[in-house]
Amino acid sequence: MGAREQRPGAGGRRLHAFNGGVHPEEHKSVSTSRPIQPLPLLPRYVVPMRQHIGNPAAPLVQVGDKVLKGQMIGLPEGAISVAVHAPTSGTVLAVGHRPVTHPSGLPDICVEIEADGEDRAVAMAPVDWRAMEPGALRAHLRDMGLAGLGGAVFPSHVKLDPGKERKIHTLILNGAECEPWITCDDLTMRHHAAEILAGAAVMRHALGCETVLVGIEDNKPEAQAAMRAAAEHAGYPVEVVAVPTRYPGGGGKQLAYTLTGLATPSGGLTTDVGVQVFNVGTAYALHRAVALGEPMLSRIVTVTGHVARPGNYEVRIGTPIADLLAQAGGELPEATGLIIGGPMMGFDLPETAAPVVKAVNCVIVKDRLLFPPPPAPLPCIRCGACARACPADLQPFEMYWYAKAKDLGKAQAYSLFDCIECGCCGYVCPSHIPLVGYYRFAKSEIWAREQEKAAADAARARHEFRDFRQEREKREKAEKFAAKAKETLAATTATAEPGEDPEAARKKAILAAAMEKARQAKEGVQPKNIDKLTAAQQKEIEEIEARRARAVEEKGTP
Amino acid sequence: MIGSPHVVSERNSVRLVMAKVMAALVPATLAHAWFFGPGIWVSLLLCLLFGLFFEAFALGMRGYPLKPFLTDGSVLLTGWLLALSLPTLAPWWLYAVGMLFAVLVAKHLYGGLGQNLFNPAMVGYAVLIISFPTHMTQWPAPGDLAIHVPGLAEAFDLVFAGQGSISPDAYTSATPLDSLRTQLLNGKTAAEAMTQPPFGYFGGKGGEMVAVMVLLGGVLMLMNGVITWRIPAAFLGGIALTALVMQLIDPTRQAGPLFHLFSGAAMLGAFFIATDPVSASTTPRGQLIYGGLAGMLTVLIRVFGGYPDGVAFSVLLLNMAVPLIDTYTQPRVFGASAPRRPRV
Repeated sequence: MGAREQRPGAGGRRLHAFNGGVHPEEHKSVSTSRPIQPLPLLPRYVVPMRQHIGNPAAPLVQVGDKVLKGQMIGLPEGAISVAVHAPTSGTVLAVGHRPVTHPSGLPDICVEIEADGEDRAVAMAPVDWRAMEPGALRAHLRDMGLAGLGGAVFPSHVKLDPGKERKIHTLILNGAECEPWITCDDLTMRHHAAEILAGAAVMRHALGCETVLVGIEDNKPEAQAAMRAAAEHAGYPVEVVAVPTRYPGGGGKQLAYTLTGLATPSGGLTTDVGVQVFNVGTAYALHRAVALGEPMLSRIVTVTGHVARPGNYEVRIGTPIADLLAQAGGELPEATGLIIGGPMMGFDLPETAAPVVKAVNCVIVKDRLLFPPPPAPLPCIRCGACARACPADLQPFEMYWYAKAKDLGKAQAYSLFDCIECGCCGYVCPSHIPLVGYYRFAKSEIWAREQEKAAADAARARHEFRDFRQEREKREKAEKFAAKAKETLAATTATAEPGEDPEAARKKAILAAAMEKARQAKEGVQPKNIDKLTAAQQKEIEEIEARRARAVEEKGTP
Repeated sequence: MIGSPHVVSERNSVRLVMAKVMAALVPATLAHAWFFGPGIWVSLLLCLLFGLFFEAFALGMRGYPLKPFLTDGSVLLTGWLLALSLPTLAPWWLYAVGMLFAVLVAKHLYGGLGQNLFNPAMVGYAVLIISFPTHMTQWPAPGDLAIHVPGLAEAFDLVFAGQGSISPDAYTSATPLDSLRTQLLNGKTAAEAMTQPPFGYFGGKGGEMVAVMVLLGGVLMLMNGVITWRIPAAFLGGIALTALVMQLIDPTRQAGPLFHLFSGAAMLGAFFIATDPVSASTTPRGQLIYGGLAGMLTVLIRVFGGYPDGVAFSVLLLNMAVPLIDTYTQPRVFGASAPRRPRV
């Protein structure tokens, strides 16, 4: 459907417009007037072990342990996992469940550290990434705790290993930052452009690709200028491209399409079309991990909305959100809550004790004026506004229809799993239906059912194997018995006195063997543990006997 | 807890959509009053009031809150569209029966707002034209053809008390579509028929100007993003193409595309009836098929059918086909190699 019109972007690159998308009010200038401010050392940090997609890290420390800044306190477990580090030096106060910054609102395993105020760090050393084996470089990045800072926090070392079959031809640095309010990537690009491109050089090396593109929405001229200036000294060709400001233009698949015209296959990854996308903040962190040997100890977080000093802060991982807000001057009166992330895809955070994790790019303080309560939903009138806004070219109203009716198969047939939950449909819906909520519900129901089905399948397989095993044991026993009988027969026939009927001798022998076996069995079944009983045990046995008798009486059968 | 997105587009609500559509009907309604007299105000008022009454009644019966649904504008729009489709100066109960079927049967028996399979206003119209054909063909004559144009007070009288002293012949006349049909039956050619008094520059006298105003309202809605171009364009294209083919086959007895586009409810159908989102096709390709077929059927019913106009029946027939059309015209999902295949 729809014309995929092309239009030339700045610098002559032909851009490809994806269908749909929206342009909500940006509110970006609220937080861009101040430079990035570091946060002072706080007395206490709470570091979750699960900050990335994949397996959580395994805690390496125990209560009372002394840790240093940059010390690994969580060990990566399995292929898709990264390390977790202590943000400062101090003492481990606790290892246990704490509220974390996650949409589920469920507590998760964390290491709580009391800072000693000295901020002593472990020895950090740069690595020579050009000389390193690719595997060693990836292991280093894993141990540095590197995960994507764009929001999905996928382990970077996994993304840098496209596999033998896949050839990556283009690396895209994602500086689009299409969500309203958020400006941390903007500020990172303004202030750390050269470091970002130094990090990208490592990525380019690891991926073995030539082309490096930086996609920045055209509402960030300062960031574009900074990146263009840095690109001239990058030492390799970099093209900084201004892309139209249109949410969700910073979605990985959308940005890849805008810049290259390559549409990621449904259900696939951008690497399927030879493109790998990294957030600019991740490139910056990767540079620090390689050039300084510094693990991911902090990130840039936008604090904005109804707050006294909105801006971007360099925040240590594990900083409680409440402390971050306090450092930003605190919430203004009549604040109505917090959003973690942007207004289009972020989630409400009820618990401000939860810490900043690698995924937290923005904290928005809400008030009634900026975030009025949503109007009451009306029935869907099938106007199709959602379908026109959908960047995945779905028919959201049909998915809603079937999700609401819990006809999950139909919802799935309408490509539910191609939904990226960007929220454009809910944004434009004239009936104000919380559409994305219905899709999340339908997806989780389907996942739950699939899990149930898998469990049932496993149980059935187990049961079938048990039947098979019992059958086999029976057969083996029968075979063994037959063999034995044959053997016995051979033996008795051999020892049979001449003249005696061989059949009678065989019967005699079998009888003798059976009697011997019965005798052995009788000897073997010696009652155990019934001598030297204590009075209590004796009483218990009597009670059990009495109960059994009663049960037999009531039911009529033993 | 409120899920994402945490913001909604401010200039967007069902009420606003309905209000915009009704605003786009204002030029046509004014033109109607200008050319056919103030009777439209009486029938419009009656349709709106009956609509609100039946809506409130149905909501009450179903245990729904009155305020959000009475004020969403949907029932007012249905009433307005039916008023523009019915002859003015008809007895009051005609409007009542029309709205009863539109609101109670077509809308609420199917589940209310957003659930109706058929366009409510067209259901009301279809019931009336089948049940009361005499009343439905007594259209007021345009001002310069009428012996007498009833004023507002007279219009009230006619609607509530019956014809009284004024003979219907004084203020009604055959519509151009009716007239063409009769003339053709009398052995005249289309060209001869169209020299008769009811015909104007390219459609019917008066009616063609109302149609131009409907077109203006439709263009305003297109510019405002209230509707998209596919259904109106396909509908008008379907009418024009079918009429053209008919004219090429039989030039003496066929009136041609321009006449068909600007007479009867063609324009209203293209921009306001067929575009009703609830009962229309929703896929881009499906909307072209839906609109095109509805336009084609409109002309075929006009030419071969028993009723002078075919908009209502063609739209209702295509409403029925929407689930089928939508199933087979699903768009290609971003990054998918082929459009979704229906599971039948």
